Amino acid sequence: MKTQTWLIRSLIAATILISANAFADRSLLNVSYDPTRELYQEYNQEFAKYWQGKTKETVTIQQSHGGAGKQARAVIDGLDADVLTLALSYDIDQIAKKAKLLPKEWQKRLPHNSTPYTSTIVFLVRKGNPKKIKDWGDLVKPGIAVITPNPKTSGGARYNYLAAWAYAEKTLGSPAAAKDFMKKLFKNVPVLDSGARGATTTFIQRGIGDVLLAWENEAFLAINELGEGKFDIIVPPTSILAETPVAVVDNVVNKHGTRDLAEAYLNYLYSPAGQKLAAKHYYRPISPELADPKDLARFPKLHLFTVNEQFGGWEKAQKDHFDDGGSFDQIYTP
Amino acid sequence: MQKHQQKLNMRQSHVIQGFAPTLGLTIVYLSLVVLIPLSTLVFKSLQLTWDEYLNVIGNARVIASFRVSFLTALAAATITSFFGFIIAWVLVRYPFPGKRFLDALIDLPFALPTAVAGIVLATIYQPSGVLGQFLQDTFDLKVAYTPLGIVVALIFISLPFVVRTVEPVLQEFDFTMEEAASSLGASRWQVFVKIVFPNIFPALLTGFALSFARGIGEYGSVIFIAGNLPYVSEVIPLLIVTKLEQYDYAGATVIALTMLVASFLLLLLINLLQMWVRKRSGQL
Repeated sequence: MKTQTWLIRSLIAATILISANAFADRSLLNVSYDPTRELYQEYNQEFAKYWQGKTKETVTIQQSHGGAGKQARAVIDGLDADVLTLALSYDIDQIAKKAKLLPKEWQKRLPHNSTPYTSTIVFLVRKGNPKKIKDWGDLVKPGIAVITPNPKTSGGARYNYLAAWAYAEKTLGSPAAAKDFMKKLFKNVPVLDSGARGATTTFIQRGIGDVLLAWENEAFLAINELGEGKFDIIVPPTSILAETPVAVVDNVVNKHGTRDLAEAYLNYLYSPAGQKLAAKHYYRPISPELADPKDLARFPKLHLFTVNEQFGGWEKAQKDHFDDGGSFDQIYTP
Repeated sequence: MQKHQQKLNMRQSHVIQGFAPTLGLTIVYLSLVVLIPLSTLVFKSLQLTWDEYLNVIGNARVIASFRVSFLTALAAATITSFFGFIIAWVLVRYPFPGKRFLDALIDLPFALPTAVAGIVLATIYQPSGVLGQFLQDTFDLKVAYTPLGIVVALIFISLPFVVRTVEPVLQEFDFTMEEAASSLGASRWQVFVKIVFPNIFPALLTGFALSFARGIGEYGSVIFIAGNLPYVSEVIPLLIVTKLEQYDYAGATVIALTMLVASFLLLLLINLLQMWVRKRSGQL
């Protein structure tokens, strides 16, 4: 008898829960890449507050993080992402091309090529920089262990790779010399993780390697939160501008009836509140005047080049370097 | 040993009838669970021409990965078979305190998420880890982030396969055979080699085959300890995932299919070997 009452009670509870959910306010799924966890945790709360103040509607925002390539593939395979906040435009291009979930011109729909904040690649070294690593050229010296993820699977690693390649091509003068440089560099890489977070773990928790090629925000996170006093950030004189774009997924928001919400969610990234949060979480805001000057002071000045000017866009960079038979495959061919 | 002369006859009489419905269920179930998913794999790879197929499979990096996967799985299955046999032997033959506890430990690798196993093993075997440092200092041996690390991970996850297949056979083993051999003047070594081992060998082979098959397909634990360097410590499952993440579905399918066929042939070979051993030792 007792179990029966219990069963009935839980059934009633379940029914209430389900129907409550059905009448609940809307929710959004934001599919992002690895190192944005902390940023969006805070941003989602901030946005929910703003949205409630504006429309009295309570929204739930769900987050999904992972290597950029894996995330894009999940969306192509049917993960119902309302918005994408990925590491590089190539991955969103692929979603537009392969799954046709959003128009090919998606990048023109929001200001600054749909990029509300940018980042770059810096070096994270052990405290005091015992191996004296200052510039990209130091990475190929014998005896230096470099930690970087696999560029085939990680967006961050592709920026790492292109940044090193551009340095080599500029200082050594030819693509052939650059390839040789990259070959030497990857001889110094003892572990290839599949995502940026994995590489950070290898460097920080496992203590492997002398230098981690890292997203700037990931490097700041490492020195401030993961291992205070154990690491230094080294900013090379030149690096790559990592344009991390955002987009609304048209097919999904049409299906969910969440277009207004999704658009507001991304637009709010450009607002003073969004820009402040981006800078707080070590992303370079696209409108620095809106961010806290104290946060901005943390970003060192360096010469940043873009994928477009240096490599003729992502499509070409991907083909030349990361597709099968590209330069990354070539440098590993024995 | 009496040999059953049995004709191939679909209608067999048993106490409990029900051949047709159970066979029907078996076929439906196997189709749903194994055949349909696997045939999808075949159809997907049929989209490629033969030349494209050879291009994917003939790639030096793919071949290197096949070598890494098969060699590490083979090494791990061999080691697990040897020690798994000893463990099963101890657990079955000798009473000792804490036996139940040890017995329960064997199944843990089944229960643990393989990723957790991989992370734990990498932590222990990395150059500054507990075991890694010891091995590095005393034997100048690097385990984590080398193919050796893959073998360690595979040994860990495949332990239950051998122990759990050998154990019941050892339990059922007829002591009187050993006693008879011994009373007829056989030495201990002769009893083991001529009586015990041939009877256990088919089960051991099954355990070996299961470990090997599991090892070839293992992804979760391996990627954390392998280092994943192309041509050195990149396993086939990782290459498949890498291809998928590059949106190269056809390439991934082709590699998966090739791996499947190769594994299937190897398992078939092991099964045939097993039959042969059974026949020779008079168990059939």
